[in-house]
Amino acid sequence: MLPFVIVVGGIVVLVILWLIVLYNSLVAQRNRINNAWSQIDVQLRRRFDLIPNLVETVKGYAAHEKEVFEQVAAARSAVSNATTITEQGQAQNQISQALKSLFAVSEAYPELKANQNFMMLQEEISGTESKIAYARQFYNDTVMSFNTTIQSFPANMVASSFGFLPHDYFAMDEAAREPVHVQF
Amino acid sequence: MYSQISSNIWKSYALVLFFVAFIIGLGYVFARVTPFPWILPLAAVIAIAGSIGSYYYSDQIVLSMSNAHPATTEENAHLVNSVEGIAIAAGLPAPRIFVVDDPSPNAFATGRDPKHAVICVTTGLMEKLNRVELEGVIGHEMSHIKDYDIRLMTMVVVLAGTVVLMSDWMLRSMWFGGRRSDSDEEGGMGGILAILAIVLAILAPIAATLIQLSISRKREFLADSEGALLTRYPAGLADALEKISSDDEPLAAANKATAHLYIVSPLKEDGLINSLFSTHPPIEERIRRLRSM
Repeated sequence: MLPFVIVVGGIVVLVILWLIVLYNSLVAQRNRINNAWSQIDVQLRRRFDLIPNLVETVKGYAAHEKEVFEQVAAARSAVSNATTITEQGQAQNQISQALKSLFAVSEAYPELKANQNFMMLQEEISGTESKIAYARQFYNDTVMSFNTTIQSFPANMVASSFGFLPHDYFAMDEAAREPVHVQF
Repeated sequence: MYSQISSNIWKSYALVLFFVAFIIGLGYVFARVTPFPWILPLAAVIAIAGSIGSYYYSDQIVLSMSNAHPATTEENAHLVNSVEGIAIAAGLPAPRIFVVDDPSPNAFATGRDPKHAVICVTTGLMEKLNRVELEGVIGHEMSHIKDYDIRLMTMVVVLAGTVVLMSDWMLRSMWFGGRRSDSDEEGGMGGILAILAIVLAILAPIAATLIQLSISRKREFLADSEGALLTRYPAGLADALEKISSDDEPLAAANKATAHLYIVSPLKEDGLINSLFSTHPPIEERIRRLRSM
């Protein structure tokens, strides 16, 4: 009788230990996802803050390009006014489009392109856009890792009862996939 | 890409396990033959003690050997932005960035863990590579940091050092003191064991070096594939490797002690024997694997 009790007790202890380790690892992974999402916002904010300086520099050489400046201003206010996640995503896409137009328009002004401040801002914004892309990539990587863990056997049996549900990947808005139309 | 990553990970760990088993076996044989049963633990302790300083100060030591200066946002904005971006992709804090004034294109990473990590590139690298190629190289170096390769190779060096010390003492004790006289084995068995021990003591250091270099090569392949995963663009690193390997200028600051840290070995290492003793896999093979991803 006693050996049987010991074996069963041992199995129960092992299962409990496994559950604890699994739970903690899922908590850590979920926090990593939240951190990765915030990291995207940090970079988006940085890009947003760089824009006024860029607009001023371009205005110094191309003040009459009213359309593109209005596009930038509209995009910035869209970001400030956005409330839901969908609205924020769309507003950020607007900023991407506006920046593309702004740089495209700047191509016609060689003196502007040679300006030190402009070149530095161009590098900064380009670097920040890369960081936005990397941050989104890392977010998707953490989501993939988390989803794989909670969908694999045997964790999938208990994950949902612990409250761990699959997360969504970051997806580009359909509108942002279309090419930007630039008119000179 | 993912399959190459997992295959290189388990191959390098299998080699480490084999190395440890080899050392234990070696220690057992030596302990039976020399009048010195503590030969294995003592060698291990001394090998560890010798490596502690270089491990903890690896970043400072290598930087001062290479005449590197810190990169600044004013002068190297593109480099700094690239490194910070790939650090975000890897989920690591941004490492410190250094630049070496040298026309030969090369780069290395060092530091015992991601918090104390350093990435260093030569001015030659920044001049000769375009944006995606530079990011490929940085991805490779960042992967070394992410995988704690410095820590792993330090441990492997400790293992190799243990083997060398044990073998050296083993041969000395045979030369000066002869076998243990209190051995209770038959004369024939004890004699065979002694001969085996001598042969092992001569060959073991070479075997240890070969194992150490094999592990180093696997980790280089791993850094290549994980770097390609970080940038999602294997062709960038492949093109960079082609450009770097076709550049014939020798790197002034590198020598045998630091060669293993660089992305492409700064020493000439062609031919079969040289390739067994090389810290890096052959470049053609690295490029071939990257292009097939």
